[in-house]
Amino acid sequence: MKKRMNRSPYLTAGLILTGVMAALILLGFFWTPYDPTAISGSAKFSAPSFAHLMGTDNFGRDIFSRVLKGAGTTAVIALSTVLLGGGVGVLVGALTGYFGGIVDEVLMRLNDALNAFPSVLLALVIVSVLGSGKYNVIIALAIVFVPSFARVSRTAFAALRDANYVKSARLMGASPLRILAVQILPNTLHVLLPAFTIGFNNAVLAEASMSYLGIGVKPPDASLGYMLSESQSMLSAAPWYALCTGMTIVLLIFGVGLIGEGMNRQNKGVG
Amino acid sequence: MRYTVKKLTAFLFTMVVVSLLTFIAFDLISGDPAQAMLGTEATPEKLAALREQLGLNQPLLVRYGQWLAGFFTGNLGTSYNYNLPVGQLIAPKLGLTLCLSFLAFALTVIVSIPLSMWSARRAGGRADALFTALNQFFMAVPPFFTGLLFTWVFSLTLGWFVHGKFPGFDQDVPGSLWYLLFPAMALALPRIAMTVRMLRSTILSEMNKDYVRTAISRGNDWNMVLRRHVLKNSLVPVVTFLAQTMAEIVAGSIVVEQVFAVPGLGRLLMASISNRDYPVVQVIVVILALWVVLAGTLADVINRRIDPRLNLGGDAQ
Repeated sequence: MKKRMNRSPYLTAGLILTGVMAALILLGFFWTPYDPTAISGSAKFSAPSFAHLMGTDNFGRDIFSRVLKGAGTTAVIALSTVLLGGGVGVLVGALTGYFGGIVDEVLMRLNDALNAFPSVLLALVIVSVLGSGKYNVIIALAIVFVPSFARVSRTAFAALRDANYVKSARLMGASPLRILAVQILPNTLHVLLPAFTIGFNNAVLAEASMSYLGIGVKPPDASLGYMLSESQSMLSAAPWYALCTGMTIVLLIFGVGLIGEGMNRQNKGVG
Repeated sequence: MRYTVKKLTAFLFTMVVVSLLTFIAFDLISGDPAQAMLGTEATPEKLAALREQLGLNQPLLVRYGQWLAGFFTGNLGTSYNYNLPVGQLIAPKLGLTLCLSFLAFALTVIVSIPLSMWSARRAGGRADALFTALNQFFMAVPPFFTGLLFTWVFSLTLGWFVHGKFPGFDQDVPGSLWYLLFPAMALALPRIAMTVRMLRSTILSEMNKDYVRTAISRGNDWNMVLRRHVLKNSLVPVVTFLAQTMAEIVAGSIVVEQVFAVPGLGRLLMASISNRDYPVVQVIVVILALWVVLAGTLADVINRRIDPRLNLGGDAQ
């Protein structure tokens, strides 16, 4: 893909926002202002201040530190989900789109059936089969996301199957695997990358929903969704808990969503 | 006619696959229900008797067939936890969840169509860029977070409704509808943003077409052209999109019912999952999936009505 001179403002804004969020999350892996699990009897329910940027909860734990850690858990789950589910999905889509045939038919029908389950519902079913916890959430969500990635990449790969440069590579004796990886894949990136941003956002949302419902991560892991369910019981005593946690989810999704929107706009050339 | 038959076959096929997958999955994890029900009182004789009574010693496919028939006869098995027939347990909750979903869906349609027409008319300006950015932001707000905010603002601060005190339709119909309005708004908000984005771009690409220019050059009023021609031609992808919206709303209602303590299907589902009450879980899963597939099929049929060209072959894309 050729680099264009004028970058979409959506892409710029999205990259900045996501960059800031990523930097904060990375920081949270190494350093937080307070120990996120340290209990303080004297600082219960204190409102946001310079000492506690996002206030404290019912145990006097610093919410900012907890949000940094929680966002890290959420981001790691979402990223692993997208890489796993997206990787398998793109592989399936590439093979079926390029080769077609009976395998293609069968897989696409299976895809249709899987699509009948709303995504969170399917993840719920899989987690109730596997049990809750961080790794099972990743596996469940990855399975849920395979069909959509497979569908997108199947269309993209099938469209380029008979392109002239692919034909010429075939004539020169390139193996199918090489054609898929070297000739076709780079030319589908403009479709696949936005799909990955949407996938990441759906994964953040799904993880947050599941942890909110109590079938996601288990303590001592605390993701943003888990914290949001915690915050509900102290909504009147510490509204900042729900507000700050929720806004972190929103900003995470908003930033990555802007990147996807920006890439789509550049593809269409609208800026 | 041929189309209807084809759609019906595809619909039935999908539902059979969906229900079979669900049945097998829960059959695998539920282990031996007879053992679970009897617990420590289990003796080999009692176990065998109960298995016989529950029909557990029949092959998987036979049990699947019986279970599937239950959706038509109403005999869907017994909840382990409540010791009630599953159908009886689910029926009242289903109505509640349907009501909530329809309310959210109606809100989405009523708000997003005029809003996208309004924003498409102003495309390209500064106000439009701001609107689009705002729209992008609202797409990022998850319904359960909006739900918490609404609870905080409308219930705890303003006292417009009492959180956790759902009156129930058998007690107070207007009060129940009023209570459901808040979760419906929370569900609809991101959906409105997504529908506006979709409909807006469809309208915009439609407005560049020749027939619009012709209509305008003949002295027609912009708004009239927009309403009468452009909107109608933009509807096909939107109907497909709205069917997906219905699916997302149903899935979202599972979470939002939890936030607002609405005793619907989603709440029953979560309770049943944590109680390992699988006969209830598998029926709810199939019902929700049926809802999604039905919405998709309906969208295809409606699209044929809107755009007869689709009858010449191919599906709405």
